[in-house]
Amino acid sequence: MTRQMTGAEMVVQALIDQGVDTIFGYPGGAALPIYDELFQQEKIKHILVRHEQGAAHAAEGYARSTGKPGVVLVTSGPGATNTVTGLTDALLDSVPIIVLSAQVPTFMIGTDAFQEADTIGITRPCTKHNYLVKDTDKLAGVLHEAFHVATNGRPGPVLIDIPKDVQFAKGKYTEKNKASTGHYAPKLKGDIDAITDLVKLMETAKRPIIYSGGGVINSGDSATALLRDLVKETNFPITSTLMGLGAFPASGDQWMGMLGMHGLYEANMAMHGCDLMINIGARFDDRITGRIDAFSPKSKKAHIDIDPSSINKVIHVDVPIIGDVAHVLEDMLRVWKSRGRKTNADGLAKWWSQIEDWRAVRCLSYKNSEKVIKPQYALQRLEALTKGRKDRYITTEVGQHQMWAAQYLGFEDPNRWMTSGGLGTMGYGCPASIGVQVAHPDALVINVAGEASWLMNMQEMGTARQYDLPVKQFILNNERLGMVRQWQDLLHGNRYSQSWSEALPDFMLLAQAFGAKGITCADPSDLDDAIMEMLKHDGPVVFDCLVEKHENCYPMIPSGAPHNEMLMGDAGVADAIGTTGAVLV
Amino acid sequence: MSPLNIKQGTSRKSAYDLKDPNADVIETHTLAVIVTNEAGVLARVIGLFSGRGYNIDSLTVAEIDHEGHRSRITVVTTGTPEVIQQIKAQLGRMVPVHDVHDLTEEGPSVERELALFKVAGSGDKRIEMLRLAEIFRANVVDSTLESFIFEMTGTSEKIDAFADLMHPLGLVEVARTGVAALARGTT
Repeated sequence: MTRQMTGAEMVVQALIDQGVDTIFGYPGGAALPIYDELFQQEKIKHILVRHEQGAAHAAEGYARSTGKPGVVLVTSGPGATNTVTGLTDALLDSVPIIVLSAQVPTFMIGTDAFQEADTIGITRPCTKHNYLVKDTDKLAGVLHEAFHVATNGRPGPVLIDIPKDVQFAKGKYTEKNKASTGHYAPKLKGDIDAITDLVKLMETAKRPIIYSGGGVINSGDSATALLRDLVKETNFPITSTLMGLGAFPASGDQWMGMLGMHGLYEANMAMHGCDLMINIGARFDDRITGRIDAFSPKSKKAHIDIDPSSINKVIHVDVPIIGDVAHVLEDMLRVWKSRGRKTNADGLAKWWSQIEDWRAVRCLSYKNSEKVIKPQYALQRLEALTKGRKDRYITTEVGQHQMWAAQYLGFEDPNRWMTSGGLGTMGYGCPASIGVQVAHPDALVINVAGEASWLMNMQEMGTARQYDLPVKQFILNNERLGMVRQWQDLLHGNRYSQSWSEALPDFMLLAQAFGAKGITCADPSDLDDAIMEMLKHDGPVVFDCLVEKHENCYPMIPSGAPHNEMLMGDAGVADAIGTTGAVLV
Repeated sequence: MSPLNIKQGTSRKSAYDLKDPNADVIETHTLAVIVTNEAGVLARVIGLFSGRGYNIDSLTVAEIDHEGHRSRITVVTTGTPEVIQQIKAQLGRMVPVHDVHDLTEEGPSVERELALFKVAGSGDKRIEMLRLAEIFRANVVDSTLESFIFEMTGTSEKIDAFADLMHPLGLVEVARTGVAALARGTT
């Protein structure tokens, strides 16, 4: 039996059939038929954002914290163009989101109609795939296909552009199980010969390291469990990219911390000195590799990735394995166990003792102060006061605070850490925290922010108020664009060109204006009480944490340097240990 | 400065300028890309090349299976072996792309291009044009008292050679289709 319905009805029906219960959006002229349908049903909750970019990032937060695709509904023209940053962000970080954009009626396309934009043309390079639907009969099939494409293979954003006349017209509804999805079927199982080659390398490696990424989290809970199993069974050290934090617990013995430009000393040194690198679901991003011709020069490299274009894109690898992380790890563990669970015990023991020496450097130590809150200290206290909470979700904006959060906060589980990695989108964190809180209404959701980033999408506090979302905006306010300032400090002779905010708003008043609670703290001795006040408040909070204005983020691999040429904290190692009040990690 | 006495970046080279494309071997490859014949698919493929900085030497596209909605895009591209590998992987992961064949790598193949040449001239030059056309097996498809249009099919090199010869005789315009190519053999 085929069901006849209007295009607008199909949109709602297809979303319900796909198991969607929440969408983020903003109405406008061309989207009105779909909005009218939403009004007449109760299965899908629509979260009204304050800006379409906010909708896209909220959907990303929703998706990354649940593992389900996030859905966005916007109108034509500016509604669609405002999602471009969110789409690009989702593309670079492999986040499954579906953007439904309305379009002017088909007969007006190309006439420069009111609120017309070539949405398909504009979003072609920033989506995994996009569709313009000109025929209502095809709409439902495309909607189902879009969910398939967004969530299978390497996940990513998909946009569907729906002209207004297509929303009004009646057509045949294609049921979910009848939609054509067969032609997009990325390979899940890895080549067993390549997996066996990797296992052989694992058996003899003296200095192995596992370098895991967001692909492990995208692959799902079984991938995370298998990764943990692999590390436990082999006792190989593991480091992770910014996107991969939480796949392996930060409290685990083999955990080395994040690697890369602001990664931990021990992780980067181990990457540089290893003889076997096992890349699991990461992509050799330039923030990770540093100088390419000096990247881990003496290692054999294996790379597990579902996207064939990730293989050999930046770094040539010896053992490429194309497949889904969970599938490959399952086979890998099986082969390794069946061959006798061998590792090079002597080599590993020496390797671990070398790693302990690197750890002893305590690269995250810094010179604390009793007068002014150091940003690192603020995050250490936030970590200490929220540790052990399984329901703690952290989002971030982009900049120094983001790197400090990655360094000083520990993640025990996947899907608890939402940050803009590939694109580095300032303004990501506040709307992302909204999306996370919508998905987990009772959880503790904290956006670790810088004041400059936060101002880029702070309008979403209105959304938080409207839906009673108790998001905590923890703003490390240094009155600077901290990371820009740091680079100007290191590379441009301290000429702080435009990296300094002279007219910041009063964040307390701003909180009040949005109907949120404002907390301000400038004294390290008040910090714990202030954080507790934030945590106890049942409602949205804007926490203005006034921190040291000139702190740099270390360790740092300067642009163009290899992993073993890190700049370390200006605190100095011996110095920091002797300083009263220094809090060591 | 670091207490560990680690010197700041000993090289001025950054990750961005390490790859000198001219330092490596540049290869020319002919790729056949089978795609769903849907609106915008060509823009998608071209956008991939321009967006990622790949070269297109020649490009042809036409529907080859009306019922199956399939088109065949033939791209001639140049790059280092690594870049060619990336191009194929990037094409292969696009949703409307069904198949990517590297005809240069997969074995012997046949490549042909069709070209039209408008050549204007009179007297002895006209006779010379016709003589060369015969040698190159080009057909006259239009003629005025002062001009010819020749049609020729062949490899790109043959078309280049004919154009070079026609140039001093009064070549006015050339139109080329770009390369169409098929692998030899039964499959």
